[in-house]
Amino acid sequence: MENGEQETGSGGLPGSGGLPGSGRDTGSGGLPGSGGLPGSGGLPGSGRDTGSAGLPGSGHETGSGGLPGSGHETGSGGAQSLPRDEGPMRSEGAMGSEGSKGPVLELRHAAKSFGAVQALLDGSIELRPGEVHALVGENGAGKSTLVKILAGVYLPDAGALLIDGQEVTLHGPAMAQAAGIAVIYQEPALFPDLTVAENMFIGRQPLRAGRRIDRRAMRAEAAAIFARLGVQLDPARIARGLSIADQQVVEIGKAISLEARVIVMDEPTAALSAAEVDRLFDVVRALSASGTAILFISHRLEEVFALCQWVTVMRDGKQVLTQRLDGLVAGDLVRAMVGRELAERPDEAHGTPGEPLLSVERLTREGVFTDISLTVRAGEIVALAGLVGSGRSEVARAIFGIDRYDAGSVAVCGHGLRRGSPTGAMAAGVGFVPEDRRQQGLVMDMSMQQNIALASLQRLQHGGLIRAAAERTLAKDWADRLKIKYGRLKGPVSMLSGGNQQKVVLAKWLGRRPAVLIVDEPTRGIDVATKAEVHHLLLQLARDGVGILMISSELPEVLRISDRILVMREGRLMAEFAHSGASEEEILSAATGQAPPTGSSGAIN
Amino acid sequence: MVSRSERPPAAAGPSARRLTERAFRIRESGIIVVLVVFVAVTASVQPRFLNITNIQFILINTTVFALLALGETMVVISRNYDLSVGSVLGLSAYLSANLFGQHHGIPIAVVFLAGLGIGLACGLLNGIMVSAGQVPSLVVTLATLYIFRGVDILIVGGKEVVASSLPSAFLNIPKATVFGIPILAIAIAVVIGIGAYYLRSFRSGRELYAIGSNPDAARLAGIPVGRRVFVAFTVSGAIAGVAGVLWAAQYGTIDSTAGTGYELQVISAVVVGGVAIFGGSGSAVGAALGALLLNTISSALYVLGISPFWDQAIWGFLLLLAISVDRFIAVRLAVALRVRGGRHE
Repeated sequence: MENGEQETGSGGLPGSGGLPGSGRDTGSGGLPGSGGLPGSGGLPGSGRDTGSAGLPGSGHETGSGGLPGSGHETGSGGAQSLPRDEGPMRSEGAMGSEGSKGPVLELRHAAKSFGAVQALLDGSIELRPGEVHALVGENGAGKSTLVKILAGVYLPDAGALLIDGQEVTLHGPAMAQAAGIAVIYQEPALFPDLTVAENMFIGRQPLRAGRRIDRRAMRAEAAAIFARLGVQLDPARIARGLSIADQQVVEIGKAISLEARVIVMDEPTAALSAAEVDRLFDVVRALSASGTAILFISHRLEEVFALCQWVTVMRDGKQVLTQRLDGLVAGDLVRAMVGRELAERPDEAHGTPGEPLLSVERLTREGVFTDISLTVRAGEIVALAGLVGSGRSEVARAIFGIDRYDAGSVAVCGHGLRRGSPTGAMAAGVGFVPEDRRQQGLVMDMSMQQNIALASLQRLQHGGLIRAAAERTLAKDWADRLKIKYGRLKGPVSMLSGGNQQKVVLAKWLGRRPAVLIVDEPTRGIDVATKAEVHHLLLQLARDGVGILMISSELPEVLRISDRILVMREGRLMAEFAHSGASEEEILSAATGQAPPTGSSGAIN
Repeated sequence: MVSRSERPPAAAGPSARRLTERAFRIRESGIIVVLVVFVAVTASVQPRFLNITNIQFILINTTVFALLALGETMVVISRNYDLSVGSVLGLSAYLSANLFGQHHGIPIAVVFLAGLGIGLACGLLNGIMVSAGQVPSLVVTLATLYIFRGVDILIVGGKEVVASSLPSAFLNIPKATVFGIPILAIAIAVVIGIGAYYLRSFRSGRELYAIGSNPDAARLAGIPVGRRVFVAFTVSGAIAGVAGVLWAAQYGTIDSTAGTGYELQVISAVVVGGVAIFGGSGSAVGAALGALLLNTISSALYVLGISPFWDQAIWGFLLLLAISVDRFIAVRLAVALRVRGGRHE
């Protein structure tokens, strides 16, 4: 019954202009402020600023369901209450069945943790037919986890997922698909050897007499869908060699053929050119106009404003803001994304940088990164900031010689490095702590002792044999220096905690006494205490004259320990900040391609 | 096809696409070109190569391999390998031919059914271990390669089935011709045609391609991966069983070494015939042509009086060539995609 109403309501689609808002307001019941929803557009700056400055702890908006956070709301003044009230109002709307335009999909207070890591603390989202809802947040804010819950890949530890107001549990992607939820990933997983049409209809191909596949009908159906989307794609060609944009179109076509009512797009534009983004937007608008609910995830805020009607901002695993986009500006979103308590300034003094140790000149790898020049001096920590996928790790891999580069040069202590030779880079004194320590940093089945010794075998061998005593001494020495907590030196490294594993990787390289150390996400997925130790260790190394190039997606970490910050976006260096002259907002703005929000830095710092 | 020319250049990768499409077309027709060139060159040096007896000989020799290649194609397309086909063939050849000695007057059809059954049982075993046991097929079928051969040796011991114990109707199966073409070769061609049509035009057939093309995506798309792979192994085993009976009819003398080493020759034929070694593409017809090409080469070298050493060397060379072509295409594609798919606008 509700459904019928909701459908009719959404038929008017563009109705977002004000109708749905009011509908929701009714749903919210007693909330007085809600009438002023549009009003919030009027005073975007003031109220929210106070919010982020005054309540850095976040979580208050989401908490509205009755969580402790609600106390803040009362405290924070009239204009403030508007956007926040969305939270409670929405969930009550569904429960109280008052909403005239109920959401087709609703996720309430979902939580998910992996071991000790809380990937999602409180994820809530509501998607309505005919609306494009943006989901934004920094790396690690929990967006991907939320998407995977909707996709049926993860089962949430807590919270509820409702489709058409009915609570459902998705055991696996097939169930999500059957429930009408389709997810378009940044890089779709197609069958490269099958045709475009077959990719869309695999397992459901139209049949003719004798249960044979009716290729003609299948291609015609695919062509009809492409025509509806206004894209030109040959259904009969094989998928291998399709551009990412075309692959996404194939996935979208599949979603349409499945009659998906909710389409989740996880950073679909990250790898697209401008023209491809325009085409995708046309497709999304066509879908939206036909009543599909769309969740659109992007780091590019201008896209959010160009395409979406609603936005949800996540931060630190929590929903912190859900609001109509009318009247908001990019700065508001950036502020909501960042608005955490600033990490305390490093107490440890930075030394004065010495000689240049690592010089990278105009490094280019076609299609991956372009014209990267940077210098790391002795005693300096240079951070490479940017969004995931901006090409930071790829630059590091090229410097260390894992990937080849097409142009440019790398020199260590004035001596040029041969491209594509990690051995050469190591001999020149470079160490590399990779992003994925389990896959790339460690040999998980080998002992901690062997892992630490791995990069120093040349020094530990005598007549071609590894001296076990020397190996043990080296391992023991570094394990003690880095305060690694371990059972036995000969125990498998897989038994250690994530933080201690990372220390083992660091120990492996420190055992070589590198001149330059490249660390890629050195503290990802490790606990706070160990994180602080790693920070302390990196600062200590810098004081000892090591040049450190650090890639990190955690802005507080970047601001805390680096001397200089280079920001990459889409394969290029976009900005450089001195340690003292940067705010999170400025870095994030450079990384997302937004002009820095005016007057924001004052509010944050 | 229709819309290709209309596509906006920004969204399309015309050069990369034409490259792939051309490469795949060449891959299918390339074997025939190589075959024709090889036959032409050999015949120009030694016209005897093209006499009817020799052609019949080549066709008959190819039947067993082409049949095995059909089953192997199904398995390889799904990104698996069946290394046990040679041993299954040997086991089936001896046990089925031995039936003639044990039961006088047994109908030939029953013997074929027995061979089919033996092969089916072996294939079931492979299929269960690969799909239910989640053991890599390379390991499973390497193990059953030895196990089935071991069982064969255990049963056969030092004995052998000799041609004199077999009914002449059975031995004449490979010899029957119509218009000079061996009937057996025609029958096998029809079977391969049916197999190719099944793989091309039925959901379960296409799903084998999908599994080989991207196993994870296949699972996400709800394809019953385990069941499909299981069936592929079972069919491959059954086909090897029938091939064993044909082998017996062709050679007449069967001991415990029958079919030794065939598995690698069959996989060679499949790969030379254009089936991607990591699955996802290729056709049963291509694989059969691959088998024909390899047998033609063996025969040509024999006719030309060249040392059999070159036989093996040329097989190896062709295999390298086939894999190089695959690799070349893959690398060219990767480069084209990386440059084109970049974020530089």
